[in-house]
Amino acid sequence: MPKDKIETVLDKKGINRAITRISHEILERNNGAESLVIIGILTRGADIAKRIASKIKEIEGVDIPVGLMDINLYRDDVHQKLDQPIIQRTEIHFDVVDRNLILVDDVLYTGRTIRAALDQIVDFGRPRSIQLAVIIDRGHRELPIRPDYVGKNIPTSKDDRVMVKLSERDEDDSVLIEKSGLKADDTTPAKIKDKVKKTKAKPKKRKGGKTK
Amino acid sequence: MKLQSRHLLGLEGVSADEISLILDTAVSFREIIERPIKKVPTLRGITVLNLFYEPSTRTKISFELAEKRLSADTITFTKAMSSVKKGETLKDTVRNIEAMKINMVVVRHGSSGVPYFLTQCMDSNIINAGDGSHEHPTQALLDMFTIRQKYGKLKGLRVVLIGDVKHSRVVRSNIWGLKTMGCSVAVCGPSTLQPYEVEKFGVDVYTDLDEALDGADVVNIMRIQLERQQSGFLATQREYTNLFGVTAERLKLLNKNFTIMHPGPMNRGVEITPEVADGKSSVVLEQVTNGQAVRMAVLYLLSGKREEEE
Repeated sequence: MPKDKIETVLDKKGINRAITRISHEILERNNGAESLVIIGILTRGADIAKRIASKIKEIEGVDIPVGLMDINLYRDDVHQKLDQPIIQRTEIHFDVVDRNLILVDDVLYTGRTIRAALDQIVDFGRPRSIQLAVIIDRGHRELPIRPDYVGKNIPTSKDDRVMVKLSERDEDDSVLIEKSGLKADDTTPAKIKDKVKKTKAKPKKRKGGKTK
Repeated sequence: MKLQSRHLLGLEGVSADEISLILDTAVSFREIIERPIKKVPTLRGITVLNLFYEPSTRTKISFELAEKRLSADTITFTKAMSSVKKGETLKDTVRNIEAMKINMVVVRHGSSGVPYFLTQCMDSNIINAGDGSHEHPTQALLDMFTIRQKYGKLKGLRVVLIGDVKHSRVVRSNIWGLKTMGCSVAVCGPSTLQPYEVEKFGVDVYTDLDEALDGADVVNIMRIQLERQQSGFLATQREYTNLFGVTAERLKLLNKNFTIMHPGPMNRGVEITPEVADGKSSVVLEQVTNGQAVRMAVLYLLSGKREEEE
């Protein structure tokens, strides 16, 4: 099997430039910061939300309210998994009604997380608008959702892994992509072969052939 | 981290990590109760049966609200309004209800072991809401949640449980849970209401209230079941009040920043004076609010385990 390759997509300066540009775009589109509130999706979306808020404070001198959100309770696959995801705390200590709400996440992929976040926001009130800001858009959407502000678009295959590292909880700032090194067509049969072997090894197991 | 069992029958044998997971999850759910819309869609499509063979105010309403706040469908069964009066057995009753496609059962019953019995004859997840004099795990969890909320920890605290140690399922669940979490636990009550070999729980045993209160942080006062008086466990109610009633005067023996708890329903003037029950160190109503969050956490964590692994 070919080795996985790790590439750097954005370094520390790159992330910082992206956040600066997104902050300017947000201010331009909303005519300043007065109507804004920011909500970050835990965990790294929340870190980025805080950075955008402090960048906007730098630019406009306005403090905008920042909230954190755990979306696991609104997931559409809660009962398909055997173990429940750990629930972290949602902290929205301000009114979202009639505000322009900037929703922040690190990576936009299938769009399912954002769908859950939108449902949750509506339970807190009716914002004037909800705009989506992400550091990385890697494509492969499964729902009709698009970002309003993007740090960087990167083409990926579904088997690649995109990792956003932030100094708040990782060693340093960077965005990495781990290429699977396999074309989608190569991987599928190999995986099936593995499964077949496993089922043969333990013939008693009835559920051995379960696929994800 | 995950729960080992797909049922919650008691706290005996539940590890410190599992208890911490439930309490941490409950912290997140506590926030939902404060929202303008107190509801999340997590348990949509799950049907919960509340099976109450014994009267209950707090536990029943608390579970029902917890289920509704998680968007589960709920049905509540009370013995008085059912075919139990026509002689239908427990097993037939639950199997018939399960045939209507339910997923989880919250059960309260006067006989110890009923929740375990249900695990043997049903496929649903079973949550014990109090069985006989065995256990009442969600009550002990909410007691621990409330203690942790105030002190920021459980380890090292001195907790005294006062009252009918022999018959109280709340005491038993509290002992298992608090010991697991590293608390120092004492029980206190008349010797007729202490079970045989109670010290084997690893608790300090007192029959003198003043000695028990000395140096304690948390006092959890159990309801003295007045019906027990007829069965000869207590000489008179007044004697119990004199010897074991918690009065403002007695609170001076406690550590600074002490806490008064009571699982309810209270017999004011019997095991607790109104002055203590409504005092600023009493967290009785906070316990009730927290109960909802803890029960939401338990329902949520168990609902993921739809089928037995391997």
